[in-house]
Amino acid sequence: MAASHGGEAQNITQVVEMIKHQLGMDVPIYVQYFRWLGGVLRGDLGHSLWTGRSINEDFLHRLPVSIELGIMAIIVALLVALPIGILSAIRQDTITDYITRGIAIIFISVPAFWVGTMVMVYPAKYLNWMPIVVYVPFLEDPLNNLKEFIIPALILGMAMSGTTMRMTRTMMLEVLRQDYIRTAWSKGLKERAIIFRHALKNALIPVVTIVGMQLPILVGGSVIIESIFGLPGIGRYFLLALMQRDYPIVSIINLIAASFVMLCNLGVDLIYAYLDPRVQYR
Amino acid sequence: MAQLEGTFPEKEVSKARSFWLDVFVRLIREKPMGTVGGIIVLALLITGIFANWLAPYGYNDIFVGTRLAAPSAAFPFGCDQLGRDMLSRIIYGARVSVIVGLSVAGITVAISTAIGIVCGYIGGKVDLIGQRFVDGIMCIPGLFLILTLVTIIGKGMLPLILVLGFLFGIGYSRVVRGAVIGIRANPYLEAAKAIGCSTRRILLKHVLPNVLAPIIILFTITVGAAILIEASVSFLGFGIPAPTPTWGGMLSSEGRRYMLLAPHLALWPGLFLTIVVWGINMLGDALRDLFDPRLRGGLGRYR
Repeated sequence: MAASHGGEAQNITQVVEMIKHQLGMDVPIYVQYFRWLGGVLRGDLGHSLWTGRSINEDFLHRLPVSIELGIMAIIVALLVALPIGILSAIRQDTITDYITRGIAIIFISVPAFWVGTMVMVYPAKYLNWMPIVVYVPFLEDPLNNLKEFIIPALILGMAMSGTTMRMTRTMMLEVLRQDYIRTAWSKGLKERAIIFRHALKNALIPVVTIVGMQLPILVGGSVIIESIFGLPGIGRYFLLALMQRDYPIVSIINLIAASFVMLCNLGVDLIYAYLDPRVQYR
Repeated sequence: MAQLEGTFPEKEVSKARSFWLDVFVRLIREKPMGTVGGIIVLALLITGIFANWLAPYGYNDIFVGTRLAAPSAAFPFGCDQLGRDMLSRIIYGARVSVIVGLSVAGITVAISTAIGIVCGYIGGKVDLIGQRFVDGIMCIPGLFLILTLVTIIGKGMLPLILVLGFLFGIGYSRVVRGAVIGIRANPYLEAAKAIGCSTRRILLKHVLPNVLAPIIILFTITVGAAILIEASVSFLGFGIPAPTPTWGGMLSSEGRRYMLLAPHLALWPGLFLTIVVWGINMLGDALRDLFDPRLRGGLGRYR
Protein backbone atom coordinates (compact mmCIF):
# COMPACT_ATOMS: atom_id res chain seq x y z
CA MET A 1 0.00 0.00 0.00
CA ALA A 2 2.72 2.36 1.07
CA ALA A 3 4.83 1.35 -1.86
CA SER A 4 2.07 1.93 -4.39
CA HIS A 5 1.29 5.28 -2.83
CA GLY A 6 4.94 6.29 -3.10
CA GLY A 7 5.03 5.12 -6.70
CA GLU A 8 2.01 7.16 -7.57
CA ALA A 9 3.55 10.24 -6.01
CA GLN A 10 6.71 9.63 -7.98
CA ASN A 11 4.68 9.24 -11.14
CA ILE A 12 2.93 12.52 -10.54
CA THR A 13 6.21 14.29 -9.87
CA GLN A 14 7.57 12.80 -13.05
CA VAL A 15 4.58 13.96 -15.01
CA VAL A 16 4.90 17.45 -13.55
CA GLU A 17 8.58 17.52 -14.46
CA MET A 18 7.80 16.31 -17.95
CA ILE A 19 5.16 18.95 -18.57
CA LYS A 20 7.45 21.63 -17.13
CA HIS A 21 10.14 20.47 -19.54
CA GLN A 22 7.69 20.49 -22.46
CA LEU A 23 6.64 24.05 -21.65
CA GLY A 24 10.23 25.09 -21.12
CA MET A 25 9.57 26.07 -17.51
CA ASP A 26 12.36 23.95 -16.00
CA VAL A 27 14.97 26.64 -16.59
CA PRO A 28 15.51 29.94 -14.72
CA ILE A 29 13.17 32.76 -15.61
CA TYR A 30 15.78 34.88 -17.45
CA VAL A 31 16.61 31.93 -19.71
CA GLN A 32 12.90 31.56 -20.43
CA TYR A 33 12.70 35.28 -21.20
CA PHE A 34 15.61 35.24 -23.64
CA ARG A 35 14.31 32.07 -25.29
CA TRP A 36 10.97 33.79 -25.77
CA LEU A 37 12.55 37.00 -27.05
CA GLY A 38 14.82 35.05 -29.40
CA GLY A 39 11.78 33.24 -30.78
CA VAL A 40 9.97 36.54 -31.33
CA LEU A 41 12.99 37.99 -33.15
CA ARG A 42 13.11 34.96 -35.43
CA GLY A 43 9.39 35.41 -36.12
CA ASP A 44 8.22 32.54 -33.92
CA LEU A 45 5.53 33.88 -31.61
CA GLY A 46 5.17 30.62 -29.69
CA HIS A 47 2.22 28.35 -29.15
CA SER A 48 -1.09 28.70 -27.37
CA LEU A 49 -1.23 26.89 -24.03
CA TRP A 50 -4.88 26.13 -24.62
CA THR A 51 -5.09 24.84 -28.19
CA GLY A 52 -1.42 24.19 -28.82
CA ARG A 53 -1.70 25.99 -32.15
CA SER A 54 0.95 28.33 -33.45
CA ILE A 55 0.22 31.95 -32.48
CA ASN A 56 1.66 33.21 -35.79
CA GLU A 57 -1.14 31.60 -37.75
CA ASP A 58 -3.99 32.83 -35.53
CA PHE A 59 -2.45 36.28 -35.31
CA LEU A 60 -2.06 36.78 -39.06
CA HIS A 61 -5.57 35.48 -39.55
CA ARG A 62 -7.01 38.09 -37.18
CA LEU A 63 -4.78 41.05 -37.94
CA PRO A 64 -6.65 42.22 -41.11
CA VAL A 65 -9.91 42.51 -39.14
CA SER A 66 -8.40 44.87 -36.56
CA ILE A 67 -6.55 46.87 -39.20
CA GLU A 68 -9.68 47.34 -41.27
CA LEU A 69 -11.65 48.40 -38.19
CA GLY A 70 -8.91 50.82 -37.13
CA ILE A 71 -8.55 52.45 -40.55
CA MET A 72 -12.30 52.85 -40.96
CA ALA A 73 -12.56 54.34 -37.46
CA ILE A 74 -9.85 56.89 -38.28
CA ILE A 75 -11.55 57.81 -41.57
CA VAL A 76 -14.88 58.24 -39.79
CA ALA A 77 -13.27 60.32 -37.05
CA LEU A 78 -11.55 62.66 -39.50
CA LEU A 79 -14.59 62.99 -41.76
CA VAL A 80 -16.65 64.09 -38.77
CA ALA A 81 -14.02 66.05 -36.86
CA LEU A 82 -12.32 68.23 -39.45
CA PRO A 83 -15.30 69.96 -41.13
CA ILE A 84 -17.13 70.47 -37.82
CA GLY A 85 -13.99 71.66 -36.04
CA ILE A 86 -13.27 74.21 -38.78
CA LEU A 87 -16.87 75.38 -38.89
CA SER A 88 -16.92 75.76 -35.12
CA ALA A 89 -13.78 77.90 -35.22
CA ILE A 90 -14.79 80.27 -38.02
CA ARG A 91 -18.20 80.77 -36.44
CA GLN A 92 -16.75 81.21 -32.93
CA ASP A 93 -19.24 82.04 -30.16
CA THR A 94 -22.31 81.56 -32.36
CA ILE A 95 -25.07 78.99 -31.88
CA THR A 96 -23.28 76.70 -34.39
CA ASP A 97 -20.16 76.84 -32.26
CA TYR A 98 -22.00 76.02 -29.03
CA ILE A 99 -23.88 73.10 -30.59
CA THR A 100 -20.81 71.57 -32.19
CA ARG A 101 -18.76 71.96 -29.02
CA GLY A 102 -21.55 70.34 -27.06
CA ILE A 103 -21.59 67.43 -29.50
CA ALA A 104 -17.82 67.06 -29.19
CA ILE A 105 -18.02 66.84 -25.40
CA ILE A 106 -20.86 64.33 -25.60
CA PHE A 107 -18.86 62.21 -28.06
CA ILE A 108 -15.98 62.18 -25.58
CA SER A 109 -18.19 61.36 -22.59
CA VAL A 110 -20.39 58.58 -23.98
CA PRO A 111 -18.80 55.21 -23.28
CA ALA A 112 -18.35 53.21 -26.50
CA PHE A 113 -19.50 49.99 -24.91
CA TRP A 114 -22.82 51.54 -23.96
CA VAL A 115 -23.50 52.89 -27.46
CA GLY A 116 -22.57 49.49 -28.86
CA THR A 117 -24.96 47.75 -26.50
CA MET A 118 -27.77 50.19 -27.28
CA VAL A 119 -27.26 49.73 -31.03
CA MET A 120 -27.52 45.98 -30.54
CA VAL A 121 -30.64 46.15 -28.36
CA TYR A 122 -33.03 48.96 -29.28
CA PRO A 123 -33.27 48.65 -33.10
CA ALA A 124 -33.62 44.88 -32.71
CA LYS A 125 -36.43 45.29 -30.21
CA TYR A 126 -38.45 48.03 -31.90
CA LEU A 127 -37.38 48.14 -35.58
CA ASN A 128 -36.62 44.47 -36.22
CA TRP A 129 -33.17 45.46 -37.42
CA MET A 130 -29.84 44.27 -36.14
CA PRO A 131 -26.22 44.83 -37.13
CA ILE A 132 -24.56 41.85 -38.83
CA VAL A 133 -22.60 39.88 -36.26
CA VAL A 134 -21.24 37.07 -38.45
CA TYR A 135 -17.86 37.97 -39.86
CA VAL A 136 -17.66 38.21 -43.66
CA PRO A 137 -14.15 38.59 -45.12
CA PHE A 138 -13.70 41.59 -47.39
CA LEU A 139 -12.50 39.55 -50.37
CA GLU A 140 -15.53 37.26 -50.27
CA ASP A 141 -18.23 39.87 -50.06
CA PRO A 142 -16.94 43.47 -49.98
CA LEU A 143 -20.34 45.11 -49.68
CA ASN A 144 -21.55 43.08 -46.73
CA ASN A 145 -18.13 43.35 -45.16
CA LEU A 146 -18.28 47.14 -45.25
CA LYS A 147 -21.86 47.09 -44.02
CA GLU A 148 -20.73 45.00 -41.08
CA PHE A 149 -17.77 47.21 -40.22
CA ILE A 150 -19.35 50.63 -40.60
CA ILE A 151 -21.30 50.65 -37.31
CA PRO A 152 -18.42 49.44 -35.12
CA ALA A 153 -16.16 51.91 -36.92
CA LEU A 154 -18.61 54.76 -36.30
CA ILE A 155 -18.73 53.97 -32.59
CA LEU A 156 -14.99 53.47 -32.29
CA GLY A 157 -14.30 56.69 -34.21
CA MET A 158 -16.76 58.70 -32.13
CA ALA A 159 -14.57 59.37 -29.10
CA MET A 160 -11.60 60.08 -31.34
CA SER A 161 -13.59 62.54 -33.43
CA GLY A 162 -14.61 64.46 -30.29
CA THR A 163 -11.01 65.03 -29.21
CA THR A 164 -9.86 65.79 -32.77
CA MET A 165 -12.74 68.23 -33.25
CA ARG A 166 -11.74 70.20 -30.16
CA MET A 167 -8.11 70.26 -31.21
CA THR A 168 -8.97 71.40 -34.74
CA ARG A 169 -11.10 74.22 -33.35
CA THR A 170 -8.45 75.38 -30.89
CA MET A 171 -5.71 75.40 -33.50
CA MET A 172 -7.88 77.13 -36.10
CA LEU A 173 -8.71 79.85 -33.59
CA GLU A 174 -5.05 80.33 -32.81
CA VAL A 175 -4.01 80.46 -36.47
CA LEU A 176 -6.83 82.79 -37.51
CA ARG A 177 -5.39 85.42 -35.14
CA GLN A 178 -1.94 85.35 -36.76
CA ASP A 179 -0.53 88.30 -38.62
CA TYR A 180 -0.28 86.55 -41.96
CA ILE A 181 -4.00 85.83 -41.91
CA ARG A 182 -4.67 89.54 -41.43
CA THR A 183 -2.31 90.18 -44.33
CA ALA A 184 -4.28 87.72 -46.43
CA TRP A 185 -7.53 89.48 -45.52
CA SER A 186 -6.10 92.90 -46.34
CA LYS A 187 -4.87 91.61 -49.70
CA GLY A 188 -8.56 91.05 -50.40
CA LEU A 189 -8.50 87.25 -50.55
CA LYS A 190 -11.79 85.40 -50.29
CA GLU A 191 -12.69 83.69 -47.03
CA ARG A 192 -12.53 80.30 -48.71
CA ALA A 193 -8.96 80.85 -49.89
CA ILE A 194 -7.87 82.14 -46.51
CA ILE A 195 -9.35 79.25 -44.59
CA PHE A 196 -8.30 76.43 -46.86
CA ARG A 197 -5.05 77.65 -48.34
CA HIS A 198 -3.55 79.67 -45.51
CA ALA A 199 -5.10 78.79 -42.17
CA LEU A 200 -5.92 75.10 -42.48
CA LYS A 201 -2.44 73.98 -43.53
CA ASN A 202 -0.90 75.38 -40.38
CA ALA A 203 -3.75 74.49 -38.07
CA LEU A 204 -3.69 70.82 -39.02
CA ILE A 205 -0.08 70.19 -38.01
CA PRO A 206 -0.84 69.68 -34.29
CA VAL A 207 -3.97 67.77 -35.25
CA VAL A 208 -1.74 65.15 -36.89
CA THR A 209 -0.02 64.73 -33.53
CA ILE A 210 -3.33 64.32 -31.71
CA VAL A 211 -4.50 61.69 -34.20
CA GLY A 212 -1.22 59.83 -33.83
CA MET A 213 -1.42 60.00 -30.05
CA GLN A 214 -4.91 58.55 -30.11
CA LEU A 215 -3.97 55.42 -32.03
CA PRO A 216 -3.15 53.55 -28.77
CA ILE A 217 -6.61 54.47 -27.43
CA LEU A 218 -8.04 53.12 -30.67
CA VAL A 219 -6.19 49.85 -30.12
CA GLY A 220 -7.60 49.62 -26.60
CA GLY A 221 -11.10 50.50 -27.77
CA SER A 222 -10.99 47.75 -30.37
CA VAL A 223 -11.03 45.19 -27.53
CA ILE A 224 -14.44 46.44 -26.44
CA ILE A 225 -15.94 47.02 -29.88
CA GLU A 226 -14.75 43.70 -31.29
CA SER A 227 -16.22 41.83 -28.35
CA ILE A 228 -19.61 43.54 -28.73
CA PHE A 229 -19.90 43.11 -32.48
CA GLY A 230 -18.34 39.67 -32.69
CA LEU A 231 -15.48 40.70 -34.96
CA PRO A 232 -12.68 38.11 -34.85
CA GLY A 233 -9.84 40.63 -34.49
CA ILE A 234 -6.80 40.97 -32.26
CA GLY A 235 -8.79 42.57 -29.44
CA ARG A 236 -11.13 39.62 -29.15
CA TYR A 237 -8.19 37.21 -29.40
CA PHE A 238 -6.56 39.04 -26.49
CA LEU A 239 -9.72 38.94 -24.39
CA LEU A 240 -10.23 35.23 -25.04
CA ALA A 241 -6.60 34.53 -24.13
CA LEU A 242 -7.01 36.47 -20.87
CA MET A 243 -10.14 34.53 -19.95
CA GLN A 244 -8.36 31.24 -20.59
CA ARG A 245 -5.16 32.53 -18.96
CA ASP A 246 -3.28 31.73 -22.15
CA TYR A 247 -0.22 33.74 -21.17
CA PRO A 248 1.93 33.22 -24.31
CA ILE A 249 -0.78 34.98 -26.33
CA VAL A 250 -1.25 37.72 -23.70
CA SER A 251 2.44 38.57 -23.56
CA ILE A 252 2.86 38.52 -27.35
CA ILE A 253 -0.08 40.85 -27.89
CA ASN A 254 1.18 43.25 -25.22
CA LEU A 255 4.61 43.24 -26.85
CA ILE A 256 3.21 43.87 -30.32
CA ALA A 257 0.83 46.57 -29.08
CA ALA A 258 3.68 48.36 -27.31
CA SER A 259 5.85 48.15 -30.43
CA PHE A 260 2.98 49.55 -32.46
CA VAL A 261 2.61 52.50 -30.10
CA MET A 262 6.32 53.20 -30.23
CA LEU A 263 6.25 53.15 -34.04
CA CYS A 264 3.27 55.52 -33.98
CA ASN A 265 5.11 57.95 -31.70
CA LEU A 266 8.17 57.82 -33.91
CA GLY A 267 6.03 58.29 -37.00
CA VAL A 268 4.29 61.30 -35.48
CA ASP A 269 7.61 62.93 -34.65
CA LEU A 270 8.96 62.36 -38.16
CA ILE A 271 5.79 63.55 -39.89
CA TYR A 272 5.79 66.61 -37.63
CA ALA A 273 9.29 67.58 -38.74
CA TYR A 274 8.27 67.06 -42.36
CA LEU A 275 5.12 69.15 -42.07
CA ASP A 276 6.57 71.95 -39.98
CA PRO A 277 9.91 73.13 -41.36
CA ARG A 278 10.61 75.01 -38.11
CA VAL A 279 11.07 71.67 -36.33
CA GLN A 280 14.40 70.04 -37.01
CA TYR A 281 16.01 66.95 -35.54
CA ARG A 282 19.77 66.88 -35.50
CA MET B 1 9.01 87.71 17.09
CA ALA B 2 6.31 85.77 18.86
CA GLN B 3 3.78 88.21 17.54
CA LEU B 4 4.97 87.71 13.99
CA GLU B 5 4.70 83.96 14.24
CA GLY B 6 1.24 84.35 15.61
CA THR B 7 -0.02 86.49 12.77
CA PHE B 8 1.52 84.80 9.73
CA PRO B 9 -0.44 81.55 9.58
CA GLU B 10 -3.74 83.35 10.06
CA LYS B 11 -3.05 85.59 7.11
CA GLU B 12 -2.18 82.59 4.96
CA VAL B 13 -5.39 80.81 5.90
CA SER B 14 -7.60 83.76 5.09
CA LYS B 15 -5.75 84.25 1.78
CA ALA B 16 -6.24 80.60 0.84
CA ARG B 17 -9.92 80.78 1.68
CA SER B 18 -10.49 83.85 -0.45
CA PHE B 19 -8.71 82.15 -3.35
CA TRP B 20 -11.11 79.21 -3.21
CA LEU B 21 -14.08 81.49 -2.77
CA ASP B 22 -12.86 83.45 -5.78
CA VAL B 23 -12.62 80.30 -7.91
CA PHE B 24 -16.08 79.25 -6.75
CA VAL B 25 -17.67 82.62 -7.56
CA ARG B 26 -16.00 82.80 -10.96
CA LEU B 27 -17.07 79.23 -11.73
CA ILE B 28 -20.71 80.14 -11.19
CA ARG B 29 -20.48 83.51 -12.95
CA GLU B 30 -18.37 82.67 -15.97
CA LYS B 31 -18.80 78.97 -16.57
CA PRO B 32 -22.44 77.88 -16.68
CA MET B 33 -21.56 74.46 -18.14
CA GLY B 34 -18.86 73.99 -15.53
CA THR B 35 -21.41 74.80 -12.83
CA VAL B 36 -23.79 72.19 -14.22
CA GLY B 37 -20.87 69.75 -14.19
CA GLY B 38 -20.14 70.68 -10.59
CA ILE B 39 -23.76 70.07 -9.60
CA ILE B 40 -23.68 66.65 -11.29
CA VAL B 41 -20.49 65.77 -9.42
CA LEU B 42 -22.04 66.93 -6.15
CA ALA B 43 -25.17 64.86 -6.85
CA LEU B 44 -22.99 61.81 -7.57
CA LEU B 45 -21.09 62.30 -4.30
CA ILE B 46 -24.28 62.63 -2.27
CA THR B 47 -25.87 59.63 -3.99
CA GLY B 48 -22.77 57.55 -3.39
CA ILE B 49 -22.32 58.52 0.24
CA PHE B 50 -25.96 58.22 1.25
CA ALA B 51 -26.83 55.22 -0.96
CA ASN B 52 -28.22 53.29 2.05
CA TRP B 53 -30.80 55.95 2.74
CA LEU B 54 -31.61 56.91 -0.84
CA ALA B 55 -32.14 53.46 -2.31
CA PRO B 56 -35.70 52.15 -1.84
CA TYR B 57 -34.49 48.53 -1.58
CA GLY B 58 -31.21 46.71 -1.00
CA TYR B 59 -29.04 46.15 -4.07
CA ASN B 60 -29.34 42.39 -3.73
CA ASP B 61 -33.01 42.10 -2.66
CA ILE B 62 -34.72 39.66 -4.99
CA PHE B 63 -38.46 40.04 -5.42
CA VAL B 64 -40.83 37.28 -6.49
CA GLY B 65 -42.56 37.69 -9.83
CA THR B 66 -40.75 40.84 -10.88
CA ARG B 67 -38.12 39.32 -13.17
CA LEU B 68 -37.38 41.75 -16.01
CA ALA B 69 -40.41 43.83 -14.97
CA ALA B 70 -40.86 47.04 -16.97
CA PRO B 71 -40.62 50.37 -15.13
CA SER B 72 -43.59 50.96 -12.81
CA ALA B 73 -44.53 53.01 -9.75
CA ALA B 74 -42.99 50.50 -7.33
CA PHE B 75 -39.87 50.00 -9.46
CA PRO B 76 -39.30 53.27 -11.40
CA PHE B 77 -36.40 51.84 -13.44
CA GLY B 78 -37.80 48.30 -13.71
CA CYS B 79 -36.18 45.10 -12.52
CA ASP B 80 -33.26 42.99 -13.71
CA GLN B 81 -33.05 39.33 -14.70
CA LEU B 82 -33.13 38.18 -11.07
CA GLY B 83 -35.98 40.47 -10.03
CA ARG B 84 -33.79 43.09 -8.32
CA ASP B 85 -34.79 46.75 -8.35
CA MET B 86 -32.76 48.61 -10.99
CA LEU B 87 -33.06 52.01 -9.28
CA SER B 88 -31.50 50.68 -6.09
CA ARG B 89 -28.76 48.98 -8.04
CA ILE B 90 -28.02 52.18 -9.96
CA ILE B 91 -27.82 54.12 -6.68
CA TYR B 92 -25.46 51.57 -5.12
CA GLY B 93 -23.54 51.56 -8.39
CA ALA B 94 -22.95 55.29 -7.86
CA ARG B 95 -21.30 54.39 -4.55
CA VAL B 96 -18.89 52.04 -6.32
CA SER B 97 -18.11 54.75 -8.88
CA VAL B 98 -17.46 57.30 -6.12
CA ILE B 99 -15.17 54.94 -4.21
CA VAL B 100 -13.24 53.94 -7.33
CA GLY B 101 -13.07 57.48 -8.72
CA LEU B 102 -11.88 59.18 -5.54
CA SER B 103 -9.42 56.53 -4.40
CA VAL B 104 -7.88 56.13 -7.85
CA ALA B 105 -7.58 59.91 -8.19
CA GLY B 106 -6.00 60.10 -4.71
CA ILE B 107 -3.39 57.45 -5.51
CA THR B 108 -2.77 59.00 -8.94
CA VAL B 109 -2.17 62.45 -7.54
CA ALA B 110 0.14 61.13 -4.82
CA ILE B 111 2.26 59.10 -7.24
CA SER B 112 2.36 61.60 -10.08
CA THR B 113 3.16 64.49 -7.74
CA ALA B 114 6.00 62.57 -6.15
CA ILE B 115 7.49 61.49 -9.51
CA GLY B 116 6.74 64.78 -11.26
CA ILE B 117 8.20 67.07 -8.60
CA VAL B 118 11.34 65.02 -8.09
CA CYS B 119 11.99 64.50 -11.82
CA GLY B 120 11.06 68.04 -12.77
CA TYR B 121 12.98 69.86 -10.05
CA ILE B 122 16.11 67.74 -9.79
CA GLY B 123 16.33 67.09 -13.54
CA GLY B 124 19.51 65.63 -14.98
CA LYS B 125 20.08 61.89 -14.76
CA VAL B 126 17.25 61.29 -12.28
CA ASP B 127 14.83 62.88 -14.73
CA LEU B 128 16.28 61.01 -17.70
CA ILE B 129 16.05 57.59 -16.07
CA GLY B 130 12.67 58.32 -14.49
CA GLN B 131 11.16 59.51 -17.74
CA ARG B 132 12.42 56.50 -19.71
CA PHE B 133 10.69 54.31 -17.12
CA VAL B 134 7.49 56.32 -17.59
CA ASP B 135 7.87 56.02 -21.38
CA GLY B 136 8.14 52.27 -21.07
CA ILE B 137 4.92 51.95 -19.08
CA MET B 138 3.09 54.39 -21.36
CA CYS B 139 3.94 52.39 -24.48
CA ILE B 140 1.55 49.57 -23.70
CA PRO B 141 -2.02 50.65 -24.52
CA GLY B 142 -3.78 51.36 -21.21
CA LEU B 143 -6.63 48.90 -21.48
CA PHE B 144 -4.31 46.02 -22.46
CA LEU B 145 -2.04 46.62 -19.49
CA ILE B 146 -4.92 47.05 -17.05
CA LEU B 147 -6.65 43.84 -18.20
CA THR B 148 -3.38 41.89 -18.05
CA LEU B 149 -2.51 43.14 -14.56
CA VAL B 150 -6.01 42.54 -13.22
CA THR B 151 -5.96 38.98 -14.59
CA ILE B 152 -2.62 38.29 -12.90
CA ILE B 153 -3.35 40.00 -9.57
CA GLY B 154 -6.98 38.92 -9.29
CA LYS B 155 -10.42 40.45 -9.69
CA GLY B 156 -11.90 42.77 -7.12
CA MET B 157 -12.28 46.39 -6.19
CA LEU B 158 -8.98 46.82 -4.34
CA PRO B 159 -6.72 45.30 -7.04
CA LEU B 160 -8.48 47.36 -9.69
CA ILE B 161 -8.07 50.58 -7.71
CA LEU B 162 -4.38 49.88 -7.11
CA VAL B 163 -3.71 49.01 -10.75
CA LEU B 164 -5.53 52.07 -12.07
CA GLY B 165 -3.97 54.42 -9.50
CA PHE B 166 -0.49 53.09 -10.22
CA LEU B 167 -0.80 53.33 -14.02
CA PHE B 168 -2.53 56.72 -14.09
CA GLY B 169 -0.06 58.00 -11.51
CA ILE B 170 2.91 57.08 -13.68
CA GLY B 171 1.29 58.34 -16.88
CA TYR B 172 0.12 61.69 -15.51
CA SER B 173 3.42 62.37 -13.72
CA ARG B 174 4.38 64.10 -16.98
CA VAL B 175 1.73 66.75 -16.41
CA VAL B 176 3.17 67.58 -12.98
CA ARG B 177 6.72 67.36 -14.28
CA GLY B 178 5.87 69.79 -17.07
CA ALA B 179 4.36 72.24 -14.59
CA VAL B 180 7.40 72.00 -12.30
CA ILE B 181 9.79 72.61 -15.21
CA GLY B 182 7.63 75.62 -16.09
CA ILE B 183 8.23 77.26 -12.69
CA ARG B 184 11.77 76.04 -12.14
CA ALA B 185 13.40 79.15 -13.59
CA ASN B 186 11.49 81.50 -11.25
CA PRO B 187 13.64 83.75 -9.02
CA TYR B 188 11.81 82.80 -5.81
CA LEU B 189 13.25 79.29 -6.03
CA GLU B 190 16.71 80.74 -6.41
CA ALA B 191 16.03 83.02 -3.44
CA ALA B 192 14.89 80.05 -1.34
CA LYS B 193 18.09 78.24 -2.22
CA ALA B 194 20.14 81.35 -1.44
CA ILE B 195 18.77 81.67 2.09
CA GLY B 196 19.73 78.06 2.67
CA CYS B 197 16.51 76.06 2.38
CA SER B 198 16.98 72.32 2.11
CA THR B 199 15.84 70.63 -1.11
CA ARG B 200 13.02 68.97 0.79
CA ARG B 201 11.80 72.30 2.10
CA ILE B 202 11.99 73.89 -1.35
CA LEU B 203 10.02 71.03 -2.89
CA LEU B 204 7.31 71.01 -0.23
CA LYS B 205 6.99 74.71 0.59
CA HIS B 206 7.86 76.42 -2.67
CA VAL B 207 7.40 74.05 -5.61
CA LEU B 208 4.32 72.10 -4.47
CA PRO B 209 2.03 75.08 -3.74
CA ASN B 210 2.85 76.57 -7.14
CA VAL B 211 1.90 73.48 -9.13
CA LEU B 212 -1.28 72.94 -7.11
CA ALA B 213 -3.55 74.17 -9.91
CA PRO B 214 -2.57 71.50 -12.46
CA ILE B 215 -2.70 68.91 -9.69
CA ILE B 216 -6.28 69.83 -8.83
CA ILE B 217 -7.27 69.65 -12.50
CA LEU B 218 -5.47 66.32 -12.72
CA PHE B 219 -7.48 65.04 -9.76
CA THR B 220 -10.79 66.03 -11.38
CA ILE B 221 -9.93 64.48 -14.73
CA THR B 222 -8.64 61.28 -13.15
CA VAL B 223 -11.90 60.78 -11.24
CA GLY B 224 -13.80 60.75 -14.55
CA ALA B 225 -11.24 58.59 -16.33
CA ALA B 226 -11.19 56.09 -13.46
CA ILE B 227 -14.97 55.78 -13.40
CA LEU B 228 -15.05 55.22 -17.16
CA ILE B 229 -12.22 52.66 -17.15
CA GLU B 230 -13.70 50.81 -14.19
CA ALA B 231 -16.97 50.56 -16.11
CA SER B 232 -15.19 49.35 -19.27
CA VAL B 233 -13.20 46.75 -17.36
CA SER B 234 -16.27 45.55 -15.43
CA PHE B 235 -18.17 45.46 -18.73
CA LEU B 236 -15.58 43.09 -20.17
CA GLY B 237 -15.94 40.92 -17.07
CA PHE B 238 -12.56 41.66 -15.51
CA GLY B 239 -13.64 44.25 -12.97
CA ILE B 240 -15.54 44.15 -9.74
CA PRO B 241 -17.35 40.77 -9.50
CA ALA B 242 -21.06 40.23 -8.76
CA PRO B 243 -23.09 40.75 -6.66
CA THR B 244 -21.57 44.23 -6.15
CA PRO B 245 -23.58 46.46 -8.50
CA THR B 246 -21.41 48.44 -10.89
CA TRP B 247 -22.63 50.43 -13.86
CA GLY B 248 -20.28 48.66 -16.24
CA GLY B 249 -21.03 45.25 -14.78
CA MET B 250 -24.78 45.73 -15.28
CA LEU B 251 -24.16 46.14 -19.02
CA SER B 252 -21.91 43.09 -19.21
CA SER B 253 -22.70 39.70 -20.66
CA GLU B 254 -24.66 38.62 -17.59
CA GLY B 255 -27.36 41.18 -18.28
CA ARG B 256 -26.88 41.33 -22.04
CA ARG B 257 -28.66 38.03 -22.62
CA TYR B 258 -31.89 39.52 -21.29
CA MET B 259 -31.67 42.95 -22.86
CA LEU B 260 -33.81 42.07 -25.87
CA LEU B 261 -36.58 41.10 -23.47
CA ALA B 262 -36.10 44.12 -21.23
CA PRO B 263 -34.29 47.00 -23.01
CA HIS B 264 -34.36 49.15 -19.85
CA LEU B 265 -31.52 46.96 -18.55
CA ALA B 266 -29.28 48.52 -21.20
CA LEU B 267 -30.53 52.08 -20.83
CA TRP B 268 -30.07 53.20 -17.22
CA PRO B 269 -26.50 52.21 -16.29
CA GLY B 270 -25.04 53.71 -19.46
CA LEU B 271 -27.15 56.85 -19.24
CA PHE B 272 -25.97 57.65 -15.72
CA LEU B 273 -22.41 56.77 -16.60
CA THR B 274 -22.55 59.20 -19.52
CA ILE B 275 -24.06 61.99 -17.43
CA VAL B 276 -21.47 61.59 -14.68
CA VAL B 277 -18.49 61.46 -17.05
CA TRP B 278 -19.86 64.44 -18.97
CA GLY B 279 -20.27 66.40 -15.72
CA ILE B 280 -16.76 65.64 -14.56
CA ASN B 281 -15.32 66.57 -17.97
CA MET B 282 -17.19 69.90 -17.94
CA LEU B 283 -16.07 70.69 -14.40
CA GLY B 284 -12.48 69.78 -15.26
CA ASP B 285 -12.60 71.99 -18.37
CA ALA B 286 -14.01 74.93 -16.43
CA LEU B 287 -11.45 74.57 -13.64
CA ARG B 288 -8.67 74.42 -16.21
CA ASP B 289 -9.87 77.65 -17.79
CA LEU B 290 -10.22 79.33 -14.39
CA PHE B 291 -6.81 78.29 -13.10
CA ASP B 292 -4.79 78.65 -16.24
CA PRO B 293 -6.12 79.87 -19.56
CA ARG B 294 -2.97 78.70 -21.35
CA LEU B 295 -3.73 75.05 -20.63
CA ARG B 296 -6.37 74.60 -23.30
CA GLY B 297 -6.82 71.30 -25.10
CA GLY B 298 -4.28 68.55 -24.54
CA LEU B 299 -5.32 66.38 -21.62
CA GLY B 300 -7.62 63.81 -23.12
CA ARG B 301 -9.45 60.85 -21.79
CA TYR B 302 -7.96 57.74 -20.35
CA ARG B 303 -4.56 56.70 -21.62
